[in-house]
Formats: sequence, C-alpha cells, structure tokens
Amino acid sequence: MLDKNGIAKRIAKEVRDGYYVNLGIGIPTLVANFVRDDISVEFQSENGVLGMGPFPFEGEEDADIINAGKQTITTLPGASFFDSVTSFGMIRGQHVDLTILGAMEVSETGDIANWKIPGKMVKGMGGAMDLVASAENIIVAMMHTNRAGESKLLKKCSLPLTGVGCVKKIVTNLAVLEVTPKGFKLLERAPGISVEEIIKATEGTLIVEGEIPEMEL
Amino acid sequence: MIRKTVANVEEALKGIKDGMTFMVGGFGLCGIPENIIAELVKIGVKDITCISNNAGVDDFGLGLLLHKHQIRKMISSYVGENDEFERQMLSGELEVELTPQGTLAEKCRAAQAGFPAFYTPAGYGTEVAEGKETREFNGKMYVLEEAFKADFSFVKAWKGDEAGNLIFKGTARNFNPAMCGAATITVAEVEELLPAGSLDPNEIHVPGIFVQRIFQGKDYEKRIEQLTVRKK
Repeated sequence: MLDKNGIAKRIAKEVRDGYYVNLGIGIPTLVANFVRDDISVEFQSENGVLGMGPFPFEGEEDADIINAGKQTITTLPGASFFDSVTSFGMIRGQHVDLTILGAMEVSETGDIANWKIPGKMVKGMGGAMDLVASAENIIVAMMHTNRAGESKLLKKCSLPLTGVGCVKKIVTNLAVLEVTPKGFKLLERAPGISVEEIIKATEGTLIVEGEIPEMEL
Repeated sequence: MIRKTVANVEEALKGIKDGMTFMVGGFGLCGIPENIIAELVKIGVKDITCISNNAGVDDFGLGLLLHKHQIRKMISSYVGENDEFERQMLSGELEVELTPQGTLAEKCRAAQAGFPAFYTPAGYGTEVAEGKETREFNGKMYVLEEAFKADFSFVKAWKGDEAGNLIFKGTARNFNPAMCGAATITVAEVEELLPAGSLDPNEIHVPGIFVQRIFQGKDYEKRIEQLTVRKK
C-alpha cells in the first residue's frame, strides 16, 4: 500500500517534458518533489504565478509571494505573475497541460465531488470547478477509501458534484485506474496489493483484464 | 493629468452607506486593502454584501467585519480559513454565495469591461448551475453567468501615482486588477504613492481611468497565513 508520498511519486511519472501543471492542495502539492529533474516543467498556481519554485529559506519569505494554498513560495527563472482573470484564462482556455487534484468521491463515469459535505463542511470550491470543467487531462490523487473504510470510487457520487464526466485517471494508495465508458479500468496495483483487495475496496464497476502489473515507482 | 489622490482613508470612503455592495481585492490575506478594511470596521457600516475570493481569517482581513456582524452576504469561492465564517454560515446568520474562482474573477472583469454576462464551462452539472441558463457550444455545455454589480471596489496595490495608475507585486495582484472599474467607485490604497511621471507607462498594470480615488496606505501588517520555509 502506498502512503501520500508514494501516490505523489507515481503521479509524478505522468508529468511529461514541456508540461504546464496545476497542482491542487494536499497530496498533489507533493508531486512537485518527485518530478524528474531532466525534464522541463512549470507549475502554475491559480492565484497568479507560473514557474513556482520550492519554499523559501527561513527568513527569506515574502508575504506577497504565495501559492493557492496560501503557503509562502519562491519563483524559478522564467516565472511570471498575473491576475486572477489571466490565470483562469490559462485554465479555461486549456493552456495548462495537466491538472492534479484531490477528491472526496469519484464516480465510474468520471464525476468528481470535492468541495462540500452538506450540513457539515462547506469550504467552497475555490478554483476546482473551473479546473475540472476545462482541463483535458485530469488526474485525481486520493486514498481509495475514506476514514470509515468506505470506497471513494463509486457508481455515483453521493456528495454535491464539482464536475461531471471529467476525471480521466485516478491514482490511489491501492491502484492506478482509468475512467472508461464501461467503468473504472484497473491499470496497476500498488506494491503488495492484490487485485482482490482492490475489487473489495471499489464500489463502482471495476474492469480487470488480464494480468495487472505492479506499479513501478 | 486627472488627479485621483485623496488625503486619507476617511476621505477615500466618503459616500459609503449601509446595505451597499463592496468588491474587496486579495487572495487569502495576500493583497488585501488593510487600511480600508480597518476603516470599515471603525465606521461600523452594516448589511454589507461583500464580493471577495476569501473571507479573511478569524482576526484579520474580512474576518474583522464578520466578527462585528457587518456583513450580511458574502460572495466568495473559498472560505475554509475562517471558523467564525463557517459558524455564521451554518447557523444561517450569514448569507453565502459560493462561486467558482475563475467565474468570480470573470464576473468582476465583465462588470469592468461592459459585458452583461458570459458563458463558462465551470459548474455545469453542479448545484452552482441550478436555475441558470445553459447552452451547448461545439458539443460542450456552458453556464450563463452575469456580471457583478457593486457600489465600491476596494483594492490594494504596491505602487500607484497621482493619476491612479497601479502596479502590483507578486501574487498580491490576484483579484485586484479585475475589480478596478468594476464598481461605481474604485478606491485604491497603495504602499507607495508617487507623483505622476514617476512610474514607467510601459509597466502600469491598471490604468488610472479605472480608479476614482487613491491614497497612501500605512502600517501594513501583511500577515502570512501559512508560513512554509526550508532550512538553509
């Protein structure tokens, strides 16, 4: 079974040379730590920066330079700052190549829910609805089951949706899956995880064809 | 040159009344008009509708206005950093309209640029689109979103000049430029107010035509919400 860093490490393999990438809050943020350093990638943060770098050294933080998680950051050579309209123009206009975000639930038709639990938690959607409605290439990073042990990969989402039919790929602590017209297609198993365990943890339709390889990390 | 300078925050906020709609720039606590928010708290203006991406934190930013129950309605995209906000919202004391972030920005820009409405794919098929017109373009569904209407826009810039031209720093730019000229009156507070001619016209982010009043801000706290650093 993978931990959060393991999920991030596996997703980092999906990042290609020349990609502009938007990373959501949580596990997606960790992906930046595992991207190969022999390829050129720029990270976009929707509050208005392209070319995000690592956290600043102690004492060098600048309150005017943050990411969408409100964390202090630095910029790399070639970086740019811009306003929110331009930022979402990049997103809506499909100039960002890859979007990686977290989810509370994903359905077998690619619907995603990640912004609201009615009556309990309402933090808002932030930029997630704009991202999922526009991006061609969306990877969801999440745990396969919630804290109560219930599957987060469902036939139909039970929570209010963030977007409809938009998720293409999911990387969890147990597996890599692709959303197809027939349901979740199992592509890879996490190290030490059996196909049976994945079947048990998946409520939505799971397609298992042939031998399922173990992830290479 | 048309002069936009006013002497202080008191003069900058002339004409504000209970029940008005304000746009307030900033992302989290980054790039918020600190002086104006402090003055709004002092004046005690009530029943405000506030259009702002976030609602501050419990003891800073718009959280100060929430704490004194001056805000009747918030229009935001993300409000997760503020416990008092969540309490007032879940108890029904505060009306909240959650809007996707890109849509929020574009609703400001539409107001600035004279568009009554626009189509966006964001929120299609979700509760955000409920009751709104939808339409298909090239096989994809879009939601019709209308421009905001506001009485005042309150923005914060790094440098500004007497003509109301503005330059922002880093990610403190965020929603500020789109809110300029998007309300009846735009008020800008700046860290550094300069004589006309001091700023290079090539480097202006917001032309002064979108700003009615500009003043020199003071005592900026610039709080950091999430201090993240690495060791040297």
